[in-house]
Amino acid sequence: MTIKAAGQLRKAETARNEAVEPSGPVAHFGPDEPLRLDAGRELSPFQIAYNTYGTLNADRSNAIYVCHALTGDHHVASTNPVTGRDGWWSSIIGPGKPIDTDRYFVICSNVIGGCMGSTGPASIDPATGEPYGLDLPVLTIRDMVRAQAMLVDRLGIDTLFAVIGGSMGGMQCLQWAVSYPERVFAALPIATGARHSSQNIAFHEVGRQAVMADPDWRAGRYILEGTRPHKGLAVARMAAHITYLSEAALQRKFGRNLQDREVLGFGFDADFQIESYLRHQGMTFVDRFDANSYLYMTRAMDYFDIAGDFGGRLGDAFKNTRTRFCLVSFSSDWLFPTEESRAVVHALNAAAASVSFVEIETDRGHDAFLLEEPEFFGAIRGFLSSAARARGIG
Amino acid sequence: MDAPLATSEAVVTAAPASRIDFEVIASLVRPGSRVLDVGCGDGSLLQILQTRRQVDGRGIELSQAGVNECVAKGLSVIQGDADRDLVHYPDDAFDYVILSQTIQATRNPKLVLQDLLRIGRRAIVSFPNFGHWSIRLSLGLYGRMPVTRNLSQSWYETPNIHFCTIRDFDGLVKEIGAKVETATALDATGQQMGMRMPWAFWNLFGEQAVFVLSRS
Repeated sequence: MTIKAAGQLRKAETARNEAVEPSGPVAHFGPDEPLRLDAGRELSPFQIAYNTYGTLNADRSNAIYVCHALTGDHHVASTNPVTGRDGWWSSIIGPGKPIDTDRYFVICSNVIGGCMGSTGPASIDPATGEPYGLDLPVLTIRDMVRAQAMLVDRLGIDTLFAVIGGSMGGMQCLQWAVSYPERVFAALPIATGARHSSQNIAFHEVGRQAVMADPDWRAGRYILEGTRPHKGLAVARMAAHITYLSEAALQRKFGRNLQDREVLGFGFDADFQIESYLRHQGMTFVDRFDANSYLYMTRAMDYFDIAGDFGGRLGDAFKNTRTRFCLVSFSSDWLFPTEESRAVVHALNAAAASVSFVEIETDRGHDAFLLEEPEFFGAIRGFLSSAARARGIG
Repeated sequence: MDAPLATSEAVVTAAPASRIDFEVIASLVRPGSRVLDVGCGDGSLLQILQTRRQVDGRGIELSQAGVNECVAKGLSVIQGDADRDLVHYPDDAFDYVILSQTIQATRNPKLVLQDLLRIGRRAIVSFPNFGHWSIRLSLGLYGRMPVTRNLSQSWYETPNIHFCTIRDFDGLVKEIGAKVETATALDATGQQMGMRMPWAFWNLFGEQAVFVLSRS
């Protein structure tokens, strides 16, 4: 076994351990506290892995819930135990940063259905003693948020100062404001929309088919059978990763540059840098992410349609809301284009809600929400500071 | 060739505070009302209205920098423009919709004005008067598009594509069947001109005009 392969195996083992027994704080919910699911079933018992940063104030009024995206986790501002890398939003969360942990108490949990310690398809089903696999009911964004609300209850917090999230995290953020309007003082949905578009469902379906076409997937029972559908999952990740970038950024970063060669190889190796980059993205992803979890996460996003829950009228979802909203979109994001955010803004306007909206000019596509963009950071810092003044947070 | 004409001859001294119309607008808004400021810039007018008139204020602004400044001030402002975004607001959503120094930059001033009066019970519109004597002088005598302190950009870079005079604006108001509740002209020093002065006088000496409109 090569050193590289050994490292990958070790990472995969760590990931598997984190999925079942996370190293950080975990909230357990026993048979007396089942999670009611949109699928019409209950999940019980279940657990939520989470992290907190900063200090909850005496009034319990300074809590910010950060919701992670499709393949994110609760290691938002601290070292990820599987990858050994900084938290995925370390640039924005911390002392003196836009989400200032000297002022705010930040909570981030792994979503239900995830694979970093909250109950998901890789968790053990107490009924069988085996991993759930596909026996786990299909989950929705609303289910994830319902579970998060139970964690917030458990932490003794009544009203969140803010809920923030990008992409799938932005969906959760919107769902929070719709499901629990009185518990959300301010909402910051970023690079998101009130529904998953047909094109987005299409890309997810390609990803799922890639996973399920891998013979090592074994109808979702790969953990039991000792295989790993990493080829299918890597292809899914490669396809998805393209949607997180933009044509302009790909051209700027890679162009038609060749990878480790002077001339074309006349074969099917990774001739081009972009191919090599995507293969790397695919390979590193499968070490840290559970394939079934990927199916459940993408499905949850596909099912998301707030207007659909309100007879097709998005404005009705926000009727009488007192939450103050700030939406952010990125000009080159074609996964959640600005128009998706604008539709939410118009619905909020129709509901006479307090809403701000800014479109950030960038060529970095959907993933811009994970990157340091000065205008973006400025908007978040400004919005939170003014909301904190209104909330009486020092 | 040294053209003798120069901008300096066409430059008109504006009022000390370039947005003197804010003061006038603030005095026209009833305390505690719901207000939408279209083209709200850095949010200065909304802030004046919030502190002095305790309004529930919202804004629309095109520039990213402007929106960010507003958001940091705690104002509810969305990035957008009058031509595209007004249509999405419900009827009677506001007591006042304010369009200050913006109508001349819209693509379709008539539709914008109609939308203002649909979503607001009253519309307050301020605009630079293109009938002002200095502008007539610049165009009539020097044969050049005017560059003033209020209208500081040359014709090829100005966002102002639909200039009008006070008389022109009044004509549009009549055409859409709206009612002028009050109208005020400001002279070059920012002073409100006498109410009893004839329209022609306003149209010649008013540098800016502020109209309060309602549906008739």
